[in-house]
Amino acid sequence: MSDRKDLDRPHYIKISDADIGGIFPSSLEYNPPARGMWNIVHTGMLVPGAHEIFACAQGCLRGVILTAAEMFELDRLSWISVSEEDMFDGTLESDIIDGVCEIIEKLGHRPPVVLLYLSCIHLFAGVDFDVIINELGSRYKDIFFVDCYMTPTMRTTVSPVMKMSAQVYGALKPLPLNEKSVAIVGNDRATDEDSELVRIIRQNGFKLYDICNCRSFDEYLQMAEAAVNISYIPTGVLAGEELSQRFGSKHLHLTVSYDFDTIEENYRTLCDTLGIELPDFTDEKAAAEKALENAKMIIGDTPVAVDYTAVTRPFELAKLLCEHGFDVRYIVADSAGAEAEAFEWLKENRPELLIYSPVNVNMLEMPDEEHEHILAVGQKAAYYFATDNFVNMIVGGGYYGFSGIKKIADLMVDAHLNKKDRAEYLKLKGMGCASCL
Amino acid sequence: MKNVSKIIPCYAADTSGVCSALYELGGLTVVHDASGCNSTYSTHDEPRWTKMKSNIFISAMTELDAIMGNDEKLIADTVSSAHDKNPAFIALCGSPMPMMTGVDFDALALEVESRSGIKTIPLHTNGTRSYIEGASEALCEVVRAYAEPGERIENGVNVLGLTPLDLPLGSDAAIKKWLLENDFEPVCTLAMGATLDDVKKMPRAAVSLVVSYSGFAAAQYLKDTYGIPIVCGVPLGSEFPFDLAGAMFWAIEHNEDYLYSSMHQSGGDTVIIGESIFASSLACAIESDRRGHATVISTLPTDSRLLAEGDVMLTAEEDIEAFLRDYKPVCVIADPLYKYITPYSAKFVNLPHFAFSGRCYEKHMTNVIDRRLQEILK
Repeated sequence: MSDRKDLDRPHYIKISDADIGGIFPSSLEYNPPARGMWNIVHTGMLVPGAHEIFACAQGCLRGVILTAAEMFELDRLSWISVSEEDMFDGTLESDIIDGVCEIIEKLGHRPPVVLLYLSCIHLFAGVDFDVIINELGSRYKDIFFVDCYMTPTMRTTVSPVMKMSAQVYGALKPLPLNEKSVAIVGNDRATDEDSELVRIIRQNGFKLYDICNCRSFDEYLQMAEAAVNISYIPTGVLAGEELSQRFGSKHLHLTVSYDFDTIEENYRTLCDTLGIELPDFTDEKAAAEKALENAKMIIGDTPVAVDYTAVTRPFELAKLLCEHGFDVRYIVADSAGAEAEAFEWLKENRPELLIYSPVNVNMLEMPDEEHEHILAVGQKAAYYFATDNFVNMIVGGGYYGFSGIKKIADLMVDAHLNKKDRAEYLKLKGMGCASCL
Repeated sequence: MKNVSKIIPCYAADTSGVCSALYELGGLTVVHDASGCNSTYSTHDEPRWTKMKSNIFISAMTELDAIMGNDEKLIADTVSSAHDKNPAFIALCGSPMPMMTGVDFDALALEVESRSGIKTIPLHTNGTRSYIEGASEALCEVVRAYAEPGERIENGVNVLGLTPLDLPLGSDAAIKKWLLENDFEPVCTLAMGATLDDVKKMPRAAVSLVVSYSGFAAAQYLKDTYGIPIVCGVPLGSEFPFDLAGAMFWAIEHNEDYLYSSMHQSGGDTVIIGESIFASSLACAIESDRRGHATVISTLPTDSRLLAEGDVMLTAEEDIEAFLRDYKPVCVIADPLYKYITPYSAKFVNLPHFAFSGRCYEKHMTNVIDRRLQEILK
């Protein structure tokens, strides 16, 4: 690790010195080459048959187009480039409408849904997105147009990822609510079928919907009948709330957690809502404990680093691992807002634990610095600590509950025993998507 | 509409051109844009990102910064990062949001330079133009800032416009080798395999070889300021490299430009799509190897003097598609992603261009300098 003491903007801090309100000050940012996280293009592709149209500047277009190209979906994405003049000549809305119409006429087929993405500069210029959507809807009555947002500048107002996670349900139309159907919403990967969450729902005769499993547009439309929508990752909350407002369905946010009590409380809430009996989780808890003990026995005192892209609650996972004897030394994350309890626990019980910024400019040299051999949980930790022993997982990997803990423990064992070709894994965009690389 | 595309990508943008041009020169480059937007450049436009470290960062601009005109944050963050990174220079460039708010990069650069004591170069990108424009300005400004006159180097050559956006990694070594084999002395290969010390020596060269239009503005500056003649062309194929070397000696001897890449005869049954100097050089190589003639579609900004009569400048998907439909070529040589708008009847020869298809065909990209056409056009 760097021993420079004179840095204006240190890239790490002892947790004992960290303030949960702002671990690192905002500054210039570095972008590490760990590409597994999804972006709004990947998420939009979850809508079966949807065609994505981006209207933005060339610099912004480039990344989204090549995301689609790398995942062999270039024929599902078109674009309208915006010049400086376009922003000031009074044709902001009409240019977009005309461009979308031209693209639709050239497609050769009518997609059921068009996801139309505008950018920061449109919103900054006060674009009337409603006018655009309404006009397009009146011209093409067989296509549903969804307003989508590529607005990273506005990320503190509306997170583009959270907004996109909600907009993918924009084309759903009201259906009579089916009390025996449930949807898991806001995810970009399906929930593990072995999780208690999925088993409780299925084993009690409920139909379970998840956009990640929809194979046709008709199947997608059926999601609207779900009487209960469950979100469990932070960026999925808005999706659940909006579906609740639109269709009158219930929304449960059962946050993914690595705390046994929270997990059980989540299941209690679920069962109360569905009107079913809470199962006994003795076996599942024991299996999770056993997996953690087994992992500890194999991994031993190998230092562990956890990053915020692998799990949405890295501090909580670190706490769980520390409680089971693991030597968690590092967390790569720049906030711990929803994990105050775990953060404070670690502060008190592991004061020497170091938190590394994922984007600080001084992280650039981090992979080349000397440090001990690390078992990493997550791609960014793997990159920064230059280790081939890593759990290749993003956003919790679809693992949930006690079974999720067991699976993560098993994945850590596998990562400890088996090296991965780090460069080959980390270069792939949108983990789980097809790639031409 | 000219700004609409059903399927083909757009080229890398001006901000990527800046970053690519300055990558190896030891500076600190800041793109004034939102958090995460640097992922586009580092993922799709920069093959060196995992192989070679460079201080290229983003300002992480927020809506509040934009609305409140909070330039101070960018200035303070840049000065602070410069303290930590100790760069040879600082470059600041803009994206669409600073364009909307009218950020004055000249003033910002003066302020950053004043506070940091490090030479700071303002670059006027806005994310709406191609990489050619960004790289052109960056290369020109670096040359303007660092070039130092001195004793002429006999047969010394500046290579300009050499970035991985246009030519594969390793092209710098291949060009240097080719220059040495032809009794030239490489002075500076801007901007791959070059240092600021090399840039300082550029006024001492006898000729500037421009291998992509990104280097033309800097070459023009060297000509206007130091009288160095310009030759345009990329040594491709079996015969054309000899012709190009001859043109460079002629330019040195007569102290006149030789825009060789434009000296092919447009026509024939082959169409080449791409950056003007590379595509035209390929047309020259085809001609030199007696394989007929080719027409060039320049899909990026260029100077019309760099194209042969009959070549065309087209940037819109609909125009390129219509031209190919009407021209009815037997063969099209282009980046593989142009295949989507190429008539089925034409034989398509893949020639991946990183500035267009990014990483998609990176594994198929090999050195093309001084290689036989059969190897280039596999």
